[in-house]
Amino acid sequence: MSEEPRKARIATASLAGCFGCHMAILDIDERLIDLMKLVDVDRSPLTDIKRFTRRCDIGIIEGGCCNEENVHVLQEFRRNCDVLVAIGQCAIMGGLPAMRNAIMHSDDPLRECLEEAYITGAYLRNTTHNVPNDPALPLILDKVYSCAEVVEIDHQIPGCAPEGDVIYDTLIKLLAGKFRGFERETIRFD
Amino acid sequence: MSDAAFTFTIDGVTITAEPGQSIMDAADAAGIYIPRLCDHEGLRHQGGCRVCTIKANGRSAAACTQPAAPDLVVENESEHINAMRRNLVEMLFHEGNHLCPICEASGNCELQAMAYRLGMTEPTKFPYLEPCRAVDASHPDIALDTNRCISCGRCIRASQDVDGKGIFGYVGRGIHRRVAVNGPDLAHTDAEVTDHAMSAEVCPVGCIIRKRVGFSTPIGEREFDGGLIGQDIERKRSQGKGQ
Amino acid sequence: MEALPEAHHGLMNDPKIPSGNGLTPPDRGSNGGADGAIVEICTRFGNDKHRMLDILLAVQDRFRWISPEAMETIAEQTGQSRIQVEGVASFYHFLSQEPKGAITIRICDDIVDRYTGLADAVAAFEEELGIAMGTTSADGRFSLDYTPCIGMCDQAPAAMVNGVIFTRLTKQKARSIAAALREGASPEELISPQFEALSPYERATASVDNNILHAGEVLLGPVPQDAGLEKAAVLRSEQIIATVEASGLRGCGGAGFTSGAKWRFAAAEADPQKYVFCNADEGEPGTFKDRVLLTERADLVIEGMTIAARAIGAKEGLIYLRGEYAYLRDHLEDVLAKRRARGLLGSDILDKPGFDFDIRIQMGAGAYICGEEGALISSCEGLPGEPKTRPPFPVNRGYLGHPTVVNNVETFCHAARILDQGAQWFQSMGTEGSNGTKLFSISGDCRNPGIYELPYGMSVRDVLTLAGGSDAAAVLVGGPSGTMVGRDSFERLLSFDDLATAGAIVVFSGERNILEIVEYYLGFFVHESCGYCTPCRVGNVFLQKTIQKFREGNADSSDVAYLRDLASTIIETSRCGLGMTSPNPILSTLENFPLVYSATTKENEGGMKATFDIQAAISGARTIAKRRSYIFDKDFTQ
Repeated sequence: MSEEPRKARIATASLAGCFGCHMAILDIDERLIDLMKLVDVDRSPLTDIKRFTRRCDIGIIEGGCCNEENVHVLQEFRRNCDVLVAIGQCAIMGGLPAMRNAIMHSDDPLRECLEEAYITGAYLRNTTHNVPNDPALPLILDKVYSCAEVVEIDHQIPGCAPEGDVIYDTLIKLLAGKFRGFERETIRFD
Repeated sequence: MSDAAFTFTIDGVTITAEPGQSIMDAADAAGIYIPRLCDHEGLRHQGGCRVCTIKANGRSAAACTQPAAPDLVVENESEHINAMRRNLVEMLFHEGNHLCPICEASGNCELQAMAYRLGMTEPTKFPYLEPCRAVDASHPDIALDTNRCISCGRCIRASQDVDGKGIFGYVGRGIHRRVAVNGPDLAHTDAEVTDHAMSAEVCPVGCIIRKRVGFSTPIGEREFDGGLIGQDIERKRSQGKGQ
Repeated sequence: MEALPEAHHGLMNDPKIPSGNGLTPPDRGSNGGADGAIVEICTRFGNDKHRMLDILLAVQDRFRWISPEAMETIAEQTGQSRIQVEGVASFYHFLSQEPKGAITIRICDDIVDRYTGLADAVAAFEEELGIAMGTTSADGRFSLDYTPCIGMCDQAPAAMVNGVIFTRLTKQKARSIAAALREGASPEELISPQFEALSPYERATASVDNNILHAGEVLLGPVPQDAGLEKAAVLRSEQIIATVEASGLRGCGGAGFTSGAKWRFAAAEADPQKYVFCNADEGEPGTFKDRVLLTERADLVIEGMTIAARAIGAKEGLIYLRGEYAYLRDHLEDVLAKRRARGLLGSDILDKPGFDFDIRIQMGAGAYICGEEGALISSCEGLPGEPKTRPPFPVNRGYLGHPTVVNNVETFCHAARILDQGAQWFQSMGTEGSNGTKLFSISGDCRNPGIYELPYGMSVRDVLTLAGGSDAAAVLVGGPSGTMVGRDSFERLLSFDDLATAGAIVVFSGERNILEIVEYYLGFFVHESCGYCTPCRVGNVFLQKTIQKFREGNADSSDVAYLRDLASTIIETSRCGLGMTSPNPILSTLENFPLVYSATTKENEGGMKATFDIQAAISGARTIAKRRSYIFDKDFTQ
């Protein structure tokens, strides 16, 4: 096969995250230009492409699964990507949204959680006194799941958010098939 | 046993020890770092976290409590041992609620730093136990968030042996064992923010919190921003070699 | 906060309620009189912090709980801090920090009990007393609780009612016991109308059967009274130890350490203050041999302890009796008193000047870990039952820092017999490396559950034949910290070199669910872990949760490797024998019953986790939002 090596295709998504990890991807700064020589970006908020146009080599997931739509997107990424990378603490272990998991020990925890968030909480100003329930809102899950609980995850890039350097190095190595884990000095959970 | 110093090896390196020294004491003096969480300089050894597990002549032991002995062959940094240590550190992460992004100990946290050193980055198989323990903010200068406690007992020993106060103690058994205070809450104890037990160095995580000083050190200047936990000990050896 | 004690206070003063029969609500320890009573209890134990467990047990017995106020008083009396007292009070299962009923019914929920009608007995108690398991009646008369194996697997299901044991609880029997208690009968009078008139031995055997089904030559056959002690009394320490060493006797409590060596180490210590401790904290689920020895061979146990005392030069001894065997206490005290009267305990034993030795009984309070010798010593010192850092070993620095020999009940019996009959005699029985006989506690799915004294070296199949366990599909040898073997391993031998065991053999027929058994035992270890070290405290919870996943069909094929990896970390990093053996139910069933695991795992397809159930994850929200999922419900418009 003497074809020109095709450019790799990557896709990204933000599930239950703060978009900080996507901001961190932009922290790659001018090396984005080098990266773009190696890859095309398919489905991603960065390109505003909403559906996979083709199968991708690498999928990058920010955020964990808080609602059914997160699960749906994550499963689509798993179906359409060869390698799936969870980026940031939310994708890896649920992150801040998963704080609700630790307080949900009652008999009807989900209802209690929603009521505290929207109705009974001490610092609320919700004049409707209702839990939002628009049909367009995806159903919330019983708890926040990390990505690896829902689909198989190939690699995790820890951090909140990971540094642009770490993201760049990891992607470059993954694209070259040379990723063998992180330098210990570069690992951060914050 | 005579009082004479003797030698033994750690990962093939010959080091000298005095009778009565633990393997960890001797290793520290020689500039070889053995990971540990419940052990802390100046406090009694506890041997509870088991992160300092080594193999001495092929048998598992806690380096902090196992006496050094002549001609012992100690295995410390093997892949197998570090994998077990990683499991132990991960157990501690999952036993409590450790959300590094919002924890003021982040960057100064020994649990977190140990996870970095041991390379805890793979998808986890462990479940999260997600406890819901009450936060004790009764004291004017100190708060306790035991959701982040790793049961290292350093505060117990520091308060008992250094401060002479006995403010902390273990209660309960098994997975319900936890650190509690000698009174209905911290405000009703003799605790003072100047106690050694309350100092930043004693609590390895973000459980004992000194009020009004959180997040005061910028990212980049925190204790473990500069390098791996244990490097201060390891530096002794590299400096020794250089001389 | 103040209302609750007030309410109880009122009840307590009700003159219509007679006392002493369970109708009296317990004294809640919140009034002025309680304080005096607690001071009196502390004084009775010399305000000694090392007697903390005795003090707390006495307070629990009197007030039915250890109140915060009681802890303050005890702390003051013993010179401890309140948190230190709380540390002990909160460690032991039989001490409570909430008021318990005047009559506390603890039903054994061992797996053997579950398979012999536990649920019926529980239902009968709940219905008759009108309270649920784990709760106390509003009037403070009754508490219902589960408790792990109480050593009655040969007559399960069984329960402790305060200190009194009831066995073979059918629905009918449980119902009538509960009804009688409710009517005001005391547990004792339900055992025998003339309970008070019975001798201590008769009381010990009134409701518990020995079930000795095979007596061997050493322990349960005819045993001449104190023949070993008489011979030991004219031997020097060195000669006694040499005899025990030559016999090849190994500890019968599970670890199998050479008994003679233990004695030799302690004897070699210069410290003049030494101790001989008898480990009667028989807690391994499925084990009940020590119960029978303490009942039928109490003299022999004490004889063996006295010989050990002479061998190492100890003046004081202690029997650590598990809280579940409180019903044996009077019997043992009686035997001790009679021996003192006969000059077999006390000063100048058998008229040998300077041969002084006496024994007290230390009650346990529901903590399996106290069967570990370091934890046992901690418990005797008035601390939580946490194992001690080794080294130093107890034989060098044990109880209060003094050399201490801790041997199992059966080991002491063997030692006494060896001193009488000689090392050669003992060695001639059993196999190379596993000399003599062994008591086996056999229970579960067999026709003849009970105690069998057999020489080491018999096969599992031989034992099953004796016990009528021909339907066995799985046999747990050595209790949960031992090995679960299947039919293809029934030719394996019961000896230290093959299947080592402290004597528990639990038989399971083909009807039983292996994973249910494994999960039960993991739950037991979670309950009994002291919590001192990370791997045992946390790792066992993870193991149990993973087995639950298998049982629920939510495990995938990678979970088998995960179980092995986690198990090996727990075994290799735990601080004491509990964590070093707690993964055994999993490891031995993975080895011997692999299909049980592989049959329940799901395979991930296309990278989707088969163990993630979206329908379960959204069902709560579906109910709250009163609408269906537009993504995962095809008929979401309905």
